Amino acid sequence: SKTRDNLVNKISETISGKAKVDEETLEELEEVLITSDIGSQIAEEIIEKARALFKKESDRSVDNFKKIIKEELEAVLSQAKTNGEIDLSQKPYVIVIIGVNGSGKTTSVGKLAYNFKRSGLKVKIGSADTFRAAANDQLEIWANKAGVDIISTNTKEPSAVAFDTIKAAQKDGTDIVIIDTAGRLHTQKNLMDELNKIHRVINNLLPYAPNEILMVLDGTAGQNAVRQVEEFEKYTKPTGIIITKLDGTAKGGVIFRIISEKKIPVKYIGVGEGIEDLQDFSPKEFIEAMFGN
Amino acid sequence: MLEELTEKFERVLKKVTGQGRLTEENISETLREIRRVLLDADVNYKVAKQFIEDVKVKALGKEVLTSITPGQLITKIIYDELTRLLGGNGAEIKLNPSGITTIMLIGLQGCGKTTFSAKLARLLKSKKRDVLLVAADVYRPAAVNQLKILGKQIDVPVFSIDDSKDPVKIAEDALEYARQNKLNTVIIDTAGRLHIDEEMMREAAAIKAKVNPTETLFVVDSMTGQDAVNSAKAFHEKVDFDGIVITKLDGDSRGGCVLSIRAVVDRPVKFVSAGEKLDSIEVFYPDRLASRILGKGDIVSLVEKA
Ligand SMILES: Nc1nc2c(ncn2[C@@H]2O[C@H](COP(=O)(O)OP(=O)(O)OP(=O)(O)O)[C@@H](O)[C@H]2O)c(=O)[nH]1
Ligand SMILES: Nc1nc2c(ncn2[C@@H]2O[C@H](COP(=O)(O)OP(=O)(O)OP(=O)(O)O)[C@@H](O)[C@H]2O)c(=O)[nH]1
Ligand SMILES: [Mg+2]
Ligand SMILES: [Mg+2]
Repeated sequence: SKTRDNLVNKISETISGKAKVDEETLEELEEVLITSDIGSQIAEEIIEKARALFKKESDRSVDNFKKIIKEELEAVLSQAKTNGEIDLSQKPYVIVIIGVNGSGKTTSVGKLAYNFKRSGLKVKIGSADTFRAAANDQLEIWANKAGVDIISTNTKEPSAVAFDTIKAAQKDGTDIVIIDTAGRLHTQKNLMDELNKIHRVINNLLPYAPNEILMVLDGTAGQNAVRQVEEFEKYTKPTGIIITKLDGTAKGGVIFRIISEKKIPVKYIGVGEGIEDLQDFSPKEFIEAMFGN
Repeated sequence: MLEELTEKFERVLKKVTGQGRLTEENISETLREIRRVLLDADVNYKVAKQFIEDVKVKALGKEVLTSITPGQLITKIIYDELTRLLGGNGAEIKLNPSGITTIMLIGLQGCGKTTFSAKLARLLKSKKRDVLLVAADVYRPAAVNQLKILGKQIDVPVFSIDDSKDPVKIAEDALEYARQNKLNTVIIDTAGRLHIDEEMMREAAAIKAKVNPTETLFVVDSMTGQDAVNSAKAFHEKVDFDGIVITKLDGDSRGGCVLSIRAVVDRPVKFVSAGEKLDSIEVFYPDRLASRILGKGDIVSLVEKA
């Protein structure tokens, strides 16, 4: 993705062309990390660690320093496991999508539905955003594009829509249910309680569900994203992250803090507004790409 | 939080007491602390660096009076400087005294343009203006419908050409419609776009060139991180705007991106949006955002002592 390339180029530019790692290089590197939204603390920690390790190295090249930084970044990302196989031994497999306003939830639901459908699964979408103007129409358009069913009982309560969707899925042997929810800020307690209710309703119907609670984070967001995850966790615990809008110049570095502090893996990245613009997140690749390998 | 911050400063500033003055040595640790606070509030790296430099210059040589502690003194210096940088002239919305006032909204995807266009419509309607909302987002699924629903809620007409894919023409026709129907205020909602999407940026510039808006407002999500400087700069260079709207301040983001944007683009913040309801539109108070960036809390009492 473009994001990766940007980060890559920046770090490579910073490091290459310098014979040894001086203070200036370190500062430039710090800037690269911090302007990626990685957070001042992690940036400091990584650089300090790398610096300490580098001191003991006989290879004083910038390349070697780069390697050490890369390993440190990798160590952070490896703290949370990524995509496992989807277990369809019990059907339907239920995914709930949550997140703050405008982060890209509905669009991601469309992309996910399309992905699952393409891999041969029967998908049903539940439109549990009964709040936002035209949320339903928007999701319907996505469902049509993806070629999947949608349950949208517009006037009902969100949890009732989740209930109806699962009931319908049980009836026709649907493999995957994806529930879109309204955007909400964690400062709005009543809306957060509603999330908890959706969770309970699903869990009452299917004791093993929801299988996944994917929290959608805006890739342009700063440090507040960590708070978002922390607060959402109190009502319904995210099992994975989708980070969107990485087709811009924002780096989405806040995931380093989320993985390190919350141990929640990033599962997908959004790289555009098209139906195919969703990619698996691979920590290894992400880091490799950061350094242009 | 602010008290916490001041206390932190107190601890590192202990040695100042008795010396009477703030010096390079006795404030260096405090400056590092401030830098961390700013970065955690999502102030851009470079902007934070410059800010620290400026504060240092302002603080050096300042006498510590007996009535306040050095911690309070430095907090006041930072707070005043932040407030000054966040504020700016011309925060009133410009109206066209003769003819139609046209307001165009631009910004990244999902920042809150459509919602804000309805809020602004509602506000101006309450000031006895005859408002027309224009649905010039032809890309996002159900964007037109979203605006129509919002328009209905506030009883403001929405202009759209349902089968059109040409936002420039839609905007142009909307103005003609306003003229014919004697509506004196036109608010154009545009599609969200990335600042690096050349084609989409050209489109926004083309709409602007065609309608020559009285005001173009750049809408920004207050949760934005470091990249705010890049998008703001690009929107400024490629489309240009007269003012800024900060949205989603009902969350608990610290809003440091506003400082970043103000540092790279000399345009005032004109409105604040703090809620999904259509009446959540507020004027902008730089001092409030300053204390928010430093961490919520009652700064006033602290500063009054200084
Ligand atoms: N460039 C880009 N835009 C995206 C991406 N994902 C979503 N968007 C855009 O972001 C905007 C908001 O997306 P939605 O899917 O409506 O977001 P949401 O979280 O459902 O919003 P609410 O339901 O209002 O909270 C839309 O204009 C989308 O087209 C992405 O990966 N890249
Ligand atoms: N909490 C809160 N939500 C807001 C605010 N302003 C907008 N929103 C929500 O943010 C989401 C996106 O708002 P929109 O107005 O659709 O954003 P947009 O910029 O038009 O989005 P695109 O057209 O897709 O680029 C919606 O869920 C809105 O209800 C605000 O001030 N506070
Ligand atoms: Mg949505
Ligand atoms: Mg819109």
